[in-house]
Amino acid sequence: MANPIEQFKIKPIIDLQVGGIDVSFTNSAFMMVSAVVVATAFLTLSVRSRSLIPGRWQSMAELFYEFIANMLKDNVGSEGRKYFPFVFSLFIFVLFGNILGLLPIPVVGFTYTSHIIVTFAMAAVVFIGVTVIGFARHGLHFLRMFFPHGAPLATAVVLIPIEVISYLSRPLSLSVRLFANMTAGHIILKILGGFVVTLGGMYILPGILPFAFLGAVTLLEIGIALLQAYVFTILTCIYLHDAIHMH
Amino acid sequence: MPQFDPTFFAPQLFWLAVTFIALYILMATVTLPKIGAVLDERQRKIDDNLDKAAQYKAEAEAAIAAYEKALAESRAHAHTVIKEASERLSKQAEERTHELTAKLNAQIKGGEARIAAAKQTALANVRDVALDVAGATVARLVGTGIDQARLDSAVAAALKENGQ
Repeated sequence: MANPIEQFKIKPIIDLQVGGIDVSFTNSAFMMVSAVVVATAFLTLSVRSRSLIPGRWQSMAELFYEFIANMLKDNVGSEGRKYFPFVFSLFIFVLFGNILGLLPIPVVGFTYTSHIIVTFAMAAVVFIGVTVIGFARHGLHFLRMFFPHGAPLATAVVLIPIEVISYLSRPLSLSVRLFANMTAGHIILKILGGFVVTLGGMYILPGILPFAFLGAVTLLEIGIALLQAYVFTILTCIYLHDAIHMH
Repeated sequence: MPQFDPTFFAPQLFWLAVTFIALYILMATVTLPKIGAVLDERQRKIDDNLDKAAQYKAEAEAAIAAYEKALAESRAHAHTVIKEASERLSKQAEERTHELTAKLNAQIKGGEARIAAAKQTALANVRDVALDVAGATVARLVGTGIDQARLDSAVAAALKENGQ
């Protein structure tokens, strides 16, 4: 049986060095570029006809657009409008990373959202950006966020550390949630795939069982791919809301 | 796990930055304005059509009101026309009846006059016949030599006696 961890291995395709830093074009980079190309092609070409009555592809692109636009409007309000391109890009980048990662592409097939460094970098950008927006809008008053309104002053000793810790753990929870979900899902898929091969090679009937199960789990993984992209985006929206409106 | 191997942190971060910035620029400048324009265009068309529909509805209502007004007017007009016509006709009928009655009366009168004249003539004829018969009878009974004057008066007396 193939090692279920092997699929997360990064394989350099082109070795590159810039200023002593390794910037090799790897299978991960290939999938990132693919995601950008596929997403942009899909979203741009599908609305090319600008039909009044959208076709399948166009309505899918419009669905994504309105989904994120409404999410931002409901969670952040009209002030969130200017962050729409960023939030939309974030959603598309995570979504296409998750979905394209599920495709059995030979050699370069890879799920970059299953790498903690990638998810953490995105979460860190969100976290730093949100914090900067918070201080820019409210100045030092933004620190009031760590002490809820109306709480007795004596509770500050306990409340403030808790609030600070919960605030600082946001990028961790955001990145680990996505990374862990994708990693666990892909490991399960690989193990089940291994069962199909080993059992199916020996007997016909036992191979069918894990295959059926593999099919079901694949459907589940597609659902998780969509759900995790949604969760990542909506949490970003909620953090933005906190920074702009302070609870 | 390969995820925790720092060897490939740098290239992943580098390519993440490159691709994400590229995606952001593409989305912000090309894709999102395009989709937004399509959605705005549709919303505009829908609003336009709704406005037009409201306008047409108002027009249709005005047309219905005008039609009903015209209908009521023409109904009233028809009423007066029918009334006038029936009045005229009844007047005409009355006149005609009048004329006819007059004409018939005149005819009846003429007839009566003619009957009276005929009666006169007939009576005169009766006299002549009576004279002749009386003359002949007298001549046969008494022979010749009849007094014409006495015969005349006798016939006249007889006729008078019979109420003629």
